[in-house]
Amino acid sequence: MAAEAAQASTGTVDLTSTGFDATKARRQSTVIIKRFLRHRLAMISLVVFVVLVLFAFIGGALWKYSYSYEDTTGGGRYLPPTIDHPFGTDSLAADSLSQVLRGTQFSLLIALVVAFLSTALGVVLGSIAGFYRGWVDNVLSRFVDLVLVIPTVVLAGVLARSTQGNWYFIALFLGLTSWMSIARVIRGMVLSLREKEFVEAARALGGSAPRLIFRHILPNTLDVIIVNATLAVSQAVLAEAALSFIGLGVHPPDTSLGLLINKNQNEITLHPWLFWFPFVFIVLISLTVNFIGDGLRDAFDPRQKRVRA
Amino acid sequence: MFRYIVRRVLISIPVLIVASFLCFCLVTAMGDPLGNWKTAKPRSPGAVAAETHLIGYDKPFFARYGNWAVNFVEGDWNRDVTPGSDLAPVKSSVLDALWVTIKLVLAAEVLAIIIGVVIGVVGAVRQYSIFDYSITGVAFTLFSMPLFCIAIMIKAGGIQFNNWLQSLGSSTRWITTSGPPPGGFQGSFGTQFFQYTGAYILPVISLLCIEFALYSRFQRGSMLDVLNADYVRTAQAKGLSNARVILRHAFRNALIPVITVSALNVGALFSGAIITETVFGWQGMGVLIVKSVSNIEPWMVLGWLMVTATFIILFNLIADIIYAFLDPRIRLD
Repeated sequence: MAAEAAQASTGTVDLTSTGFDATKARRQSTVIIKRFLRHRLAMISLVVFVVLVLFAFIGGALWKYSYSYEDTTGGGRYLPPTIDHPFGTDSLAADSLSQVLRGTQFSLLIALVVAFLSTALGVVLGSIAGFYRGWVDNVLSRFVDLVLVIPTVVLAGVLARSTQGNWYFIALFLGLTSWMSIARVIRGMVLSLREKEFVEAARALGGSAPRLIFRHILPNTLDVIIVNATLAVSQAVLAEAALSFIGLGVHPPDTSLGLLINKNQNEITLHPWLFWFPFVFIVLISLTVNFIGDGLRDAFDPRQKRVRA
Repeated sequence: MFRYIVRRVLISIPVLIVASFLCFCLVTAMGDPLGNWKTAKPRSPGAVAAETHLIGYDKPFFARYGNWAVNFVEGDWNRDVTPGSDLAPVKSSVLDALWVTIKLVLAAEVLAIIIGVVIGVVGAVRQYSIFDYSITGVAFTLFSMPLFCIAIMIKAGGIQFNNWLQSLGSSTRWITTSGPPPGGFQGSFGTQFFQYTGAYILPVISLLCIEFALYSRFQRGSMLDVLNADYVRTAQAKGLSNARVILRHAFRNALIPVITVSALNVGALFSGAIITETVFGWQGMGVLIVKSVSNIEPWMVLGWLMVTATFIILFNLIADIIYAFLDPRIRLD
């Protein structure tokens, strides 16, 4: 190894003749992707998740019945699942499958927007607090306290009244109230990273603060950001469902899986299909995303394995 | 330490003031508390003016907040504003609801910590055993279910159980799915015990499901970290028994994260028991805030906010103190 380096530095020896092939050198990202691909549970989850997304969006566009209540061409009320209505029909004779598909679309959309928003906000605010420390950090910490203390229900109540439960307002709201934990994690990492030599070197070379943060510090927290963003998706699905459940979330004509379950919670014994199908979809989304996140965590950081008893 | 506590308490006062003011703005933004009452049937201008005066809404925005703040500090938390609600005082409503929630949350939380810690430790010590895999699977599944679905299923299960009991010839339905008995818990000790367990069992189980999954994951993670640490290897190299290494050396250090998380969680639980209370019909803090928001009750929301905020701040402080206590390297000052 040392000999190779010495030869390389003289610049006289062709590297390929020493057996070193730069094209075969494994980049960090290749290693991580390979490790992720070998994580069986995460791969199965990824496939299931992709199928679910395609099913919701393509299937929802193709399915013969419309989700709207005007379309009661399906026949009677409370029909149990048949080939014509794979998920049965509900109390207003609307086809349940089309509603579940529609709900899955909205739940997924909301979850993705929330995950993106909360991650972006958390990363920016957390890195600013960790990088500048001092009074900036103090102000941001007090701000986090404040957001934690203000009851979510009150905010949601204002929103539900003024926006009539449009899905993108719900997504915006959930994103704006769920960035605190990722901000805290990133702040901690930035606090220690900013003291590292490579940051010092970049600073000595005259790097500006944004350049230090975005080019030198944040790439080192990428693993944490990606894992947290994945987990934020599953948390957002559940949070949206809970919000819809207490009546402060999505309103018709928009729908979501949480709203469907809320509407059908009393049908669990008499017309169980109305409760169980949206439930299974929520759990599938959340579970697969959690497993994908777990697989990513293992791929980024294989340290947490017991070496010995 | 004492100075640190005093400073933290002092810092939290401005947070409370700003939070209460923001909350007041939010409730004001929700609209007129008398809106439903006005539209329900035609009201004479005189009646509207009298009602507005009664709830203090004839004063300007800042005066209303100032008035409330002064009275709150003096111990008067103001009243219900919805006409026809016989103007119940906020203080007693909130404190009653708090007591209901505390009883519910405390039982669930204690059980969840014990079960979660035990399962987490066993899972870490026997990593990749069948036990570890199945517990991981259960925890992940519970994480992935909305809490209200768990609660609804448990409720349905409770009703089935009652039916089964009756089919066996039992005359009473043991499990109640709609909160505590209307007349309160009465009768001999045996009857009361019967009533208590019947009323608490389902909501406690549903809170437990989520919480223990969380704690067991944390405990497993921190236990794994500790078991891989050098000083544990040293302890094993000294020839200590496995049980001693795990219980005396590893376990105590692995407890720190779980205790911190649970202290932070208890504060959040007072507002987080909303779903459980809604499903099982307990008149606790969660149901109170949902009701106050949908009726636009400014003083009720503010009173509720002050109580929960105090709890959240208090338990944050307790978490930090416990943290410093368990790990002497951490200095608070």
